[in-house]
Amino acid sequence: MSDHHHDHDHDHDHDRPLSGPALRVKALESLLAEKGLIDPKTLDEIVDTYEHRVGPRNGARVVARAWVDPAFRKRLLADATQAVAEFGFIEPHAEDMVAVENTPQVRNLVVCSLCSCYPWPVLGLPPAWYKSDAYRARAVVDPRGVLKAFGEDIPEDVEVRVWDSTAEMRYLVLPERPTGTEGWSEDALAALVTRDSMVGVGTAKLPELGA
Amino acid sequence: MNSIHDMGGMHGMGPLVIEHEDGVFHEYWHGRVFALRMACAFHRRYNGDMGRYARERMPPARFLAASYYERALYGLERVLVESGMIDEAELASGRPASAERAAACLQPAQVEAITRTRRRTRMDEVQVAPKFQVGDAVMTRNFQPEGHTRLPRYARGRRGVVQRDHGVFSFADSNAMTRDRKPQHMYSIRFAATELWGEAASPRDTLCLDVWDDYLLPA
Repeated sequence: MSDHHHDHDHDHDHDRPLSGPALRVKALESLLAEKGLIDPKTLDEIVDTYEHRVGPRNGARVVARAWVDPAFRKRLLADATQAVAEFGFIEPHAEDMVAVENTPQVRNLVVCSLCSCYPWPVLGLPPAWYKSDAYRARAVVDPRGVLKAFGEDIPEDVEVRVWDSTAEMRYLVLPERPTGTEGWSEDALAALVTRDSMVGVGTAKLPELGA
Repeated sequence: MNSIHDMGGMHGMGPLVIEHEDGVFHEYWHGRVFALRMACAFHRRYNGDMGRYARERMPPARFLAASYYERALYGLERVLVESGMIDEAELASGRPASAERAAACLQPAQVEAITRTRRRTRMDEVQVAPKFQVGDAVMTRNFQPEGHTRLPRYARGRRGVVQRDHGVFSFADSNAMTRDRKPQHMYSIRFAATELWGEAASPRDTLCLDVWDDYLLPA
């Protein structure tokens, strides 16, 4: 994506002739703008917001807080909607969320097999692999195989628990806190929390890699 | 509807390609489709379930050949026409049929708030008794609706256990078809992986699905 998204006339994507969907989108945007149904400047603002302001750093702050604050962790697991609203990422009651906790016995994995439902306010927009047919088809039937593709070999005595988020409930995985991080600040811990760990395909970074 | 969007458990979708990319939108037009969807939804001429149902009706061969944002564009075009926001002639020509303009539209200053306030589907203000309790053994219905549904094929006619009552929500199936929100309880149901996928699945593994009362029977 270009850095010039505020300036349509100079966007590099416009230097070559448009075809296919790019052309159709452009035509639809101008039709809707002429009808007063959308303002192109609003579209710029939406794109900019999801490119620069809403993303997995939000979720990382939630996870780090849960690691250092047992009372918050309890609230998060009991009612994630309310607990996440404490950060202002969502209005109270706006996004219905559930946080699910990884433990030495349970690994959680989130997917949407019917479309690509994903907790936008805490993770931003999903990566391409999350929206891919391969992930959507396979995560429900072969979660261990999917985890292996992400480099995670799950022992047989650990339960893999898949959350197929096909309704309006959004799921955030609370990964395990890495050992060797005792006494770390919330900010330092947040730097260890990856997007993948909050979808369930990875774990938090090791302290020596995140510090 | 039993179409290609319901792909849980299918084979042949190719290898899982994991790109550790940083960019949110890979192409300029991807961002425009995403933003158009949000700006159009602001008018509330259709609901999110209608939007999903529109996308699912993309013919399967086209759906499989299309990228995520092409599917999204198809669904947006359909739902805009079906809700009367534009007509087929306007879509084809790209030109408005009249000089009439909408009274208002989503403004840049409203975007920040919109990202924090999704349209609620929870309806706790409506008093509806739950049909099931946490711990109940349940069975999902085996049905083949031609309209919209959020019960994937792999989870139909399967036994599970209620592990959490999420409260009262609007029902996607009827909300997509007739805008009847049909408020009812939605639960997290836990299934054994072996119940869904057979003996080869790990006996330890489970899958949880959010399921409305209308999908459930006592087991």
